Amino acid sequence: MSKIFSESAGASGLDLRGEALGAARAGRPGVIVRVDGTLADAGVLGAEELERRLLELGFVEGARVEIIHQGLFGADPIAVKLDDMRVALRRREARAIEVKFD
Amino acid sequence: MTDAVLSPAPLSPARLALVGNPNSGKTALFNALTGSRQKVANYAGVTVERKEGHLTSAVGRRVTVLDLPGTYSLRARSPDEEVTRDAVLGRLAGEHEPDVLIAVADATNLRLVLRLILELKQVGRPFVLALNMYDIAQRQGLRIDVEGLSKELGAPVIATVATRKRGIDDLIAAAEALYEKHAENPNVWREPSAAEIRAAHGEAQRIMRTYVKPAMRPDTLTGKVDGVLLHPVAGLLILLTLLFVMFQAVFTWATPAMDLIEAGFAALSGLVIQVMPDNLLRSLITDGLIAGVGGVVVFLPQILILFFFIILLEDSGYMARAAFLMDRLMGAAGLHGRAFLPLLSSFACAIPGIMATRVIDQKRDRLTTILVAPLMTCSARIPVYALIIAALIPNTRVWGWMSLQGLVMFGLYAAGILSTLIVALVIQRLFWRTASEPFMMEMPAYKTPDIGLVARQLWQRASIFMNRAGRIILPLMVLVWILSTFPYPPEGATGPAIDYSFAGMIGHAIEPIFSPIGFNWQMCIALIPGMAAREVAVAALGTVYSVGDVEGAGGQVLQGILATKWSLATGLSFLAWYIFAPQCVATLGVVKRETNSWTWPAVMFFYMLALAYLASFATYSGAVALGWG
Ligand SMILES: Nc1nc2c(ncn2[C@@H]2O[C@H](COP(=O)(O)OP(=O)(O)O)[C@@H](O)[C@H]2O)c(=O)[nH]1
Repeated sequence: MSKIFSESAGASGLDLRGEALGAARAGRPGVIVRVDGTLADAGVLGAEELERRLLELGFVEGARVEIIHQGLFGADPIAVKLDDMRVALRRREARAIEVKFD
Repeated sequence: MTDAVLSPAPLSPARLALVGNPNSGKTALFNALTGSRQKVANYAGVTVERKEGHLTSAVGRRVTVLDLPGTYSLRARSPDEEVTRDAVLGRLAGEHEPDVLIAVADATNLRLVLRLILELKQVGRPFVLALNMYDIAQRQGLRIDVEGLSKELGAPVIATVATRKRGIDDLIAAAEALYEKHAENPNVWREPSAAEIRAAHGEAQRIMRTYVKPAMRPDTLTGKVDGVLLHPVAGLLILLTLLFVMFQAVFTWATPAMDLIEAGFAALSGLVIQVMPDNLLRSLITDGLIAGVGGVVVFLPQILILFFFIILLEDSGYMARAAFLMDRLMGAAGLHGRAFLPLLSSFACAIPGIMATRVIDQKRDRLTTILVAPLMTCSARIPVYALIIAALIPNTRVWGWMSLQGLVMFGLYAAGILSTLIVALVIQRLFWRTASEPFMMEMPAYKTPDIGLVARQLWQRASIFMNRAGRIILPLMVLVWILSTFPYPPEGATGPAIDYSFAGMIGHAIEPIFSPIGFNWQMCIALIPGMAAREVAVAALGTVYSVGDVEGAGGQVLQGILATKWSLATGLSFLAWYIFAPQCVATLGVVKRETNSWTWPAVMFFYMLALAYLASFATYSGAVALGWG
């Protein structure tokens, strides 16, 4: 489903290649360009369910994100500023989110 | 409305249900609506807490309010959220359909809740939107076009400040007006797909842009505080310090109150002994009821202090940060950061620990945490450990400075923590055969906890605990008393009375099973009353060895007897037993209560028993091989 969204947005001329939020450094703000469960190891949930959960927590295309804090060991989990809210998640799931950094 | 007051016919009662995102102030609003007229129980057949309250509206209508678990979506992902979904849809077994929904929103954080409200609209049930935390929105200079929003959503929108009880009467009146209109629409809700969630987000975004002017003075405090509290090193140090203070408080502040409770129960018991003849009833009252209830109530101060901290951490918004900081460590055991606090609480007593697992929203993670919580070394094990260590471990120094006795105590604690983590991992990986659910959680803005709200929640926890103590623990205590009292010793018996009782018979009967792990029949007997609570085993050993008062000088005597009668191997085996053994009916009772089934206490009982036996067997065999038999 996200593909349809990306394609239509792509047609409007936006550059949609982003980097995985799960692999990003802290302190770089950007915009979410794609949320797709198949990009991450969705584990028990399955890609579709992971995608829906991320969406429900506000990880949606167009939202602004920035990693603001990360854990001591392996820089995991991460705390993300997502528009006006803050969300904690693990890098594993954050791989399903692609961000175009400013 | 006035003629409603005058009309003699009673108004038909209305049912409201509160729905909203976590941290939107739902608990506060529920309290503002219903005050002290509320009841906490479980939903039929599930372990989800059911909170219902009553109020009488300005026009005299009886209104029932159901506080549903917080959620981001009607698409349920946990048992709590299933309850919310089913209640909203009016298909929750054993529950009446709500007449009107109250959607609770944090006015400063509307984006996600607007999408939830779009889902609610599809259900067709009339709803009122409570724009809660309106005081904070005003302070931040956030401007919301309440009328426009109300038109857009097709529902009344009321600004509220739950903690100051502002807007509450308007909210009730709006809900009542909807109730009288009976304006139900057909239910067209179904689980949204990812694409539909995206579309709804777009719609919510549009509504936001149209009716909400962004804050002029947005909250910058939360970001600054997080800079310190979520710092990878400083944050962890602060958390550890906080936990240290918390545990200091639990153990030191609670002591005077616990002494008082113990003295109170002892005095009560003394009084009964004075006024009643020495008969069965007296024994039931003093040794069964008073000792049994006293043995549990004595933990109330610790539980209250622990919950006081937990509620403060929850309401201030710090708990989500603690879960974030501890997620990696708990992840090693296949659990989430949220499991940390319940496990930690179990150092005091597994009962509050198990009660605190309600903060874990994944059912399996919660069950795993419940199952391993009693492996953490609770304070009731300390007297047992202390007695055996003092009796059998030489008071020497290792490498000139470490006390061997202290080292053994430390080893017992370490064994408890390690086995907790390992068993959790085994359950998560082998038993459920699943990788753990993803850890994702909103970290709310920091707030100053509201004293009244904290007090009310504390009171609720205390009454839940006492209720359980009464309904489950008490009968079990009486059972243990019956086993240790009947039948009476025969005329002219020489041994201690317990030797002739059912407990004695069971002790003798199970002795062959326990001799491979080095237990003698006295120990086997002591295990039976020791089921009441771990520390009772000390008194029970005193009874079987006919020592008498183990609290006073008898303690020394018992220690001396054990030192001569038990080999070191037996002592170590007994210690290993106490790391694992399910020697606490109160815990089992609470597990029954929390999981709503006897399956889980049974699973807990048998897995702990098996572990205890194996550990003791290995310890005993090893110790005998080393010549400590
Ligand atoms: N200033 C302010 N604080 C509130 C309001 N409602 C709730 N709170 C606080 O917000 C925090 C979370 O509230 P709570 O009711 O526990 O949220 P829940 O997770 O939705 O049940 C608590 O510290 C409350 O005291 C409000 O209207 N104004």
